Amino acid sequence: MTEARLRPDQAGWLIGSAAISLAPHTLHLPPAITAICALLLTWRTFISLGKGTLPHRALLVGLAAAVVGLVLLEYRQFFGKDPGIALLAGLLSLKLLETNSRRDGRAVLLLCFFMQTGQFLYQQSMLVAALALLGTTTAIGSLLALEGHPVAPQLRIATAARLVLQGMPLMLVLFVLFPRVQGPLWGLPADAYSRVSGLSDSMTPGDMARLSESSDIAFRAAFAGALPQPSERYWRGPVLSRFDGRSWRAGLSSTEARPGYTPQGIAYPYTLTLEAHNQRWLLALDFPGEAPGLHYGTDFQLMSAEPVRNRVRLSLVSYPQTPVGLSAPPRALREALALPAGSNPRTQALGTHIKETARDAEDILEQVIADFRQRHLSYTLNPQPLGRDDADSFLFDTRQGFCEHFASAFVIAMRAAGVPARVVTGYQGGELNPVDGTLVIRQSDAHAWAEVWLAGKGWRRIDPTAASAPRRIDGGLAAALPGSDRLPLLARGDLAWLRELRNQLDALDNRWNQWVLGYNPARQKALLAEFGVANADWQTITALMGGACTIVMALLTAWALRRRTAADALDRSWSLFCKRLASAGHPRAAWEGPQDYADRVSRVRPELADTVNRIATEYAHLRYGRAGIAPAALQRLKHSIKNFHPR
Amino acid sequence: MPQQIANRLAKATCRIILGKEHAVRLALACVLARGHLLIEDIPGVGKTTLAHVLARVLGLQFQRIQFTSDMLPADIVGVSVFDPREAAFRFHPGPVFSQLVLADEINRATPKAQSALLEAMEERQISAEGHTWPLPDPFFVIATQNPTEQIGTFPLPESQLDRFLMRISMGYPDPAAERALLAGEDRREMLARLQPELQAGELTSLFAAVRQIHAGPRLLDYLQALLTHSRQGAGFALGLSPRGGLALLAAARAWALLAGRDHVQPEDVQAVLPAVAGHRLRAADDAAQTAEQLTRRLIEAVPLPG
Repeated sequence: MTEARLRPDQAGWLIGSAAISLAPHTLHLPPAITAICALLLTWRTFISLGKGTLPHRALLVGLAAAVVGLVLLEYRQFFGKDPGIALLAGLLSLKLLETNSRRDGRAVLLLCFFMQTGQFLYQQSMLVAALALLGTTTAIGSLLALEGHPVAPQLRIATAARLVLQGMPLMLVLFVLFPRVQGPLWGLPADAYSRVSGLSDSMTPGDMARLSESSDIAFRAAFAGALPQPSERYWRGPVLSRFDGRSWRAGLSSTEARPGYTPQGIAYPYTLTLEAHNQRWLLALDFPGEAPGLHYGTDFQLMSAEPVRNRVRLSLVSYPQTPVGLSAPPRALREALALPAGSNPRTQALGTHIKETARDAEDILEQVIADFRQRHLSYTLNPQPLGRDDADSFLFDTRQGFCEHFASAFVIAMRAAGVPARVVTGYQGGELNPVDGTLVIRQSDAHAWAEVWLAGKGWRRIDPTAASAPRRIDGGLAAALPGSDRLPLLARGDLAWLRELRNQLDALDNRWNQWVLGYNPARQKALLAEFGVANADWQTITALMGGACTIVMALLTAWALRRRTAADALDRSWSLFCKRLASAGHPRAAWEGPQDYADRVSRVRPELADTVNRIATEYAHLRYGRAGIAPAALQRLKHSIKNFHPR
Repeated sequence: MPQQIANRLAKATCRIILGKEHAVRLALACVLARGHLLIEDIPGVGKTTLAHVLARVLGLQFQRIQFTSDMLPADIVGVSVFDPREAAFRFHPGPVFSQLVLADEINRATPKAQSALLEAMEERQISAEGHTWPLPDPFFVIATQNPTEQIGTFPLPESQLDRFLMRISMGYPDPAAERALLAGEDRREMLARLQPELQAGELTSLFAAVRQIHAGPRLLDYLQALLTHSRQGAGFALGLSPRGGLALLAAARAWALLAGRDHVQPEDVQAVLPAVAGHRLRAADDAAQTAEQLTRRLIEAVPLPG
């Protein structure tokens, strides 16, 4: 038996569903694949409009081979997230071209549903959730179109939306109670974590400037009490002590379970929500106190046990006035003095010169700072190209640079003068979102500064950029740069409404991150504990989930059956009434309305007239009336009919 | 209460048209559903009187057009006459510009004249000489025709019959009513004394009330079953069109209002079905079957759902 061919409206629904499912993926699909999908969908649209017929099988096989070949050409392999999604997208478009029956249509929709899930492999933002919901609703609408008569599209979408809404309670139960594992549920392929921007464990001139063009969020911090001054907001990241003449790299460092300093002074408690950056280091205000599960580097970096592959939430307390490195290991100091011979000779000579005239290390520090200041170095995102010796060109020729040039040149000068120094990278500043009071730190806040070691005082933070461009530290990037510099749109000072909108969206996004994406095993446990299920293991949670799902399904079923059973009860009562009158010799004709029936019976049996009329009127009211089947009235009618015994 | 007003109208009409309560109620339901009415019967049974009484009790302007075989469209819609003082043609509206038009013996006129009226019924406006004149609101046509006379008549085709919401016939009065008629006052005098039963705006509110009458899902199920059977069931050559279905529902709503209910019951549909569907259905087998028998057959073939 061959199945019925698709009606034009059904084909339209399928093409629409495929288009809506594919559209969000065009962001990460290679342009060639996107173009092929668009072409195939357009072709199928023309066919469904009656212009041409479905292509021959041989042509389809050829097209499929072409798509597979293109994917192979783009990615060099089939395994992994990107090639997988690209293949699925191509196959979905191809499947449409051979779809001419309901069965094929269902296969297309299955692929559409799969494409919704695929979106979450790339992003889990609110927008993606909304897009997936839209795609799901459309696909459900198409399923309805495959099975039903043609109706207006808006009615169909309304039905689909109702179905999705009815599924919401079940979705909530699954969300809250599904046993959670740390990290992604399934083994994501290795490329799942690519394309994450952020600091790296090395610094070459130009890196920071590139990073500051990105307005991606690095992390958010919500302070419990007062916020530190803008000039105190140094978020410490990788510490770089090795210099090869051009790039700075991390030095030798080990981690310990406790911080190598004793916190003292003012305390700032805060919660930090760090975006995934695929690195082990965490970011924290100088200098975080002890917290469980964290590791402390001997160079005072805060580390996690695993690379940060998902957004993490940390509860931290920082003590900015803590002295650190009072007794630095000699090896670390040696590393902080090393300079490759022959690199940046003029900067090195400057350091050596200052060393000859200075009294002690602190004097050297002051003189180097003073020297930097009198050079009138200017701060810019787009410095003129520097020569092979970056620090020399920067200090003596162009005098234009970004924070990494300042920090690098400063550390080289200090080392040449015999004072241990190193580069620290991280973020500086951050913007307060007035909507929810969190401090938002973006990639454009990336910064590099220096640390010098002074005997008896330990490592001290020196920001050479602050000496030349103090507004960078107090007012952020936009304030410090000349107006001609290219800046991320949202970092600009004007466009107040845009910033307001961004703040609102950002606060919403933060809430989504905290409550939806941040719903991890710990939060699940805490939530269950609030409901009296302490220390739930996964078996308990599974049992709870099964139970809750059963209850929700039962409630939904009961809700759906309620109206029907009320209607059934009314029908049963009325049939009983008709049956009793029939045995008394007055059967109702199948077509006879209740009122007419009662009138007819009343004429021949006047003694029954009152009861029969009352029952018929009441039944007709319940059955056809405006108010529907009211339970109380139904009970009354049932009672009257039960006690009705005509002879 | 619209139900009470409607009932008052029915009572007032029945005081003059004796023994024809069902026909009177159907005619009233037709007007309340804003439909045109075709009365088909032999002369002298009170067709014209019914139209007169309806116009009176409803307080509508009334015009009577006697259709004849030599009638021209201009005799109905009006004519443009040259006015020498204004040196221009002036349109003189015809008798159709009235709220209630009685088209007497409509099948005597030629199709050309008939269609002039039927177009006015459909469009509720008159187009002549490049201008459009709206007809009064409300606008009803009550047409009569004599089914027994065949010579020199032009029977209305199906497409034109479809424009009448109902087709009813009056029939002879029963003996008691006839006796009352014979013994009673002169109808024409009674008619002259008759006062409108409606105040200003009440007719409009009645129209609105009809539209508000509730037709629940079970009733619509039943209505659809009737339509489906008329189209697919054995014994019907021509079923009810979607317009016929809408007409049936509108008429059933008006009937429910006259019956004093706020919702439609299957009885209401069954009561108006002969009048609404009789001129729209055609039997497949026995051509001699009357409309009454045909609609009866439809009603009895479709069981109530549930």
